[in-house]
Amino acid sequence: MSNKPITLAEKLWRDHLVVKGENGAPDLIYIDLHLIHEVTSPQAFDGLRLAGRELRRKDLTIATEDHNTPTQDIHLPIADLTSRTQVQALRDNTAEFGVRIHSLGDKNQGIVHVVGPQLGLTMPGLTIVCGDSHTSTHGAFGSLGIGIGTSEVEHVMATQTLPLAPFKTMAINVEGTLRPGVSAKDIILAVIAKITASGGQGYVLEYRGSAIRSLSMEGRMTICNMSIEAGARAGMVAPDQITFDYLEGRPHAPTGAEWEAAVQYWKTLQTDEGAVFDAEIFIDADKLDPFVTWGTNPGQGVSLMDSVPDPSSISDSSERAAAERALEYMDLRPGTKMKDIPVNTVFLGSCTNARIEDLRAAAAVVKGRKKADGVRMMVVPGSAMVRLQAEAEGLDKVFKDFGAEWRFAGCSMCLGMNPDQLGVGERAASTSNRNFEGRQGKGARTHLVSPVVAAATAVRGTLSAPSDLEA
Amino acid sequence: MEKISVFEGVAAPLKRSSVDTDQIIPAVYLKRITKTGFEDGLFAHWRAQEPDFVLNQTIFQNAEILVTGPDFGTGSSREHAVWALRDFGFKAVFSPKFADIFRGNSGKQGLIAGVISESDMEAMWAAIDANPGIQAKIDLPAQLVTIGELSVSFEIDEYTKWRLTEGLDDIGITLQNEAAIAAFEAKREAWRPKTLPAKGV
Repeated sequence: MSNKPITLAEKLWRDHLVVKGENGAPDLIYIDLHLIHEVTSPQAFDGLRLAGRELRRKDLTIATEDHNTPTQDIHLPIADLTSRTQVQALRDNTAEFGVRIHSLGDKNQGIVHVVGPQLGLTMPGLTIVCGDSHTSTHGAFGSLGIGIGTSEVEHVMATQTLPLAPFKTMAINVEGTLRPGVSAKDIILAVIAKITASGGQGYVLEYRGSAIRSLSMEGRMTICNMSIEAGARAGMVAPDQITFDYLEGRPHAPTGAEWEAAVQYWKTLQTDEGAVFDAEIFIDADKLDPFVTWGTNPGQGVSLMDSVPDPSSISDSSERAAAERALEYMDLRPGTKMKDIPVNTVFLGSCTNARIEDLRAAAAVVKGRKKADGVRMMVVPGSAMVRLQAEAEGLDKVFKDFGAEWRFAGCSMCLGMNPDQLGVGERAASTSNRNFEGRQGKGARTHLVSPVVAAATAVRGTLSAPSDLEA
Repeated sequence: MEKISVFEGVAAPLKRSSVDTDQIIPAVYLKRITKTGFEDGLFAHWRAQEPDFVLNQTIFQNAEILVTGPDFGTGSSREHAVWALRDFGFKAVFSPKFADIFRGNSGKQGLIAGVISESDMEAMWAAIDANPGIQAKIDLPAQLVTIGELSVSFEIDEYTKWRLTEGLDDIGITLQNEAAIAAFEAKREAWRPKTLPAKGV
């Protein structure tokens, strides 16, 4: 074995290599944890049944219901027949194959990427997959979280491995101190605006630097979550004391001697001094403003203090065409100040920004204030547990007094598979991860924002920072 | 899986870049629990809202080959995007750049995701525009696509090409490594998490 310095991502690859691919074949990588949900699993279970195959490691598999579950009246049968059928299929399949499931109404139900960390199943040094592109979230712990398609879900069910081609590595160095009102979401939106929505393609991103080190686990999860929005296969943060403190005592965290052994190994999960990344970028945290998107892909973002850009200033022809098309869809004109854009809806939720810290930050902004007339605000906790904790802290009352709707946990309006959708032409400030055409509803327009910008926007009715509010 | 070698089909131009999987198939169409029948969701919003959209034109109704702009298949990992293309009748998609997950999903389902240069993309669009409804010929072993007089080479990774031309199932290939997987599992550290028995319930 050579002692060549290697990156964190390469260490995880090395430690999960089952068979090295030869003659152009991919490497066979062992999978530590497989998270499943109702949308991308039914055809995989069917595939197993048709081939007469077993689910190899039900003890490394866990299911929850999140994508198309309703966020109100959850005690009633799901009204939409196709959604109900899909959720029922997950319940039937997990029962047949002996997989643990947390169903609607269970205190551990919630968005799959919120549930894993909160149970302590997500920990450093793991390979984690899920039939969902935001599996990159789990990289915040120094694990390799990879979003996969349904064929790969079936592959993991049958073999607990995946054939994967090695990735390239990119360092995202974020140095400095964030100003008040600027958060993890603004860092990642700025990163994607800098490298574009496809700039991370083929790469695993490692977020590094003093601004990342000072973030909580929630903030790191927000950043890693959106790695896929830069086209990357995964995003990671090396584990440190903040990681260990978050994990210790959680239901599935190791204990006693196993904890000691784990921490000893986890401390080695750093990029070696002198290791070379295939690409490297730098972001100055000191100068970062709150960020907001103006277009229809997550790379089309600017500082909230700026204006809608003019496509004619873009040199690349296909990017220029995409910008023109985006402005038409978004019904925006170049030069309009971002802060002059009015919204109908504010959505605080999703696997990007619906953890307890996000809810606390938004609640602190709206506390004692009244929602702008004509604006609807929906607060959807990331998991049933987050909802319970928020209620214990009285956050639900803060949001309700403000005039927001307080909902049950799920993916909700992030992708509108359940009844939580925007109407044609409606415009939202959303703490979610995708501003694609029609993502939150047919003809709907999305501006991606941080939780505190979402909250300030709900107060003023136009895209706003907390600093825009009167004391 | 069926072996893929040489075939012909009508080529359709999709002159857009950054076509994410929410455009290829909106989320509301993902609720089916079968693996077929997703053709109604393919580009559903564009087909509904734009009468001139390429797949609304009679001449492209039976298209089997799609030539699209860069950054095709970005965003959500939904394999339904591949199923929708396949169920509509597409057997190959050509683009200067594919999102990683989409390209992987295509390979699993026998949909060729061939990478071409931007200039070849323009040339293919021009060849189709000059003769709408023209058949394109795909030669997977030679990595060539021919439209009339135009012949363009495309990239596909060697392993996927081998699997598609041999019609091999990925899971079957992996299970040949059963002994290596079992050996790996045997030395797996005790601290690594297990979902069962369930804790915290």
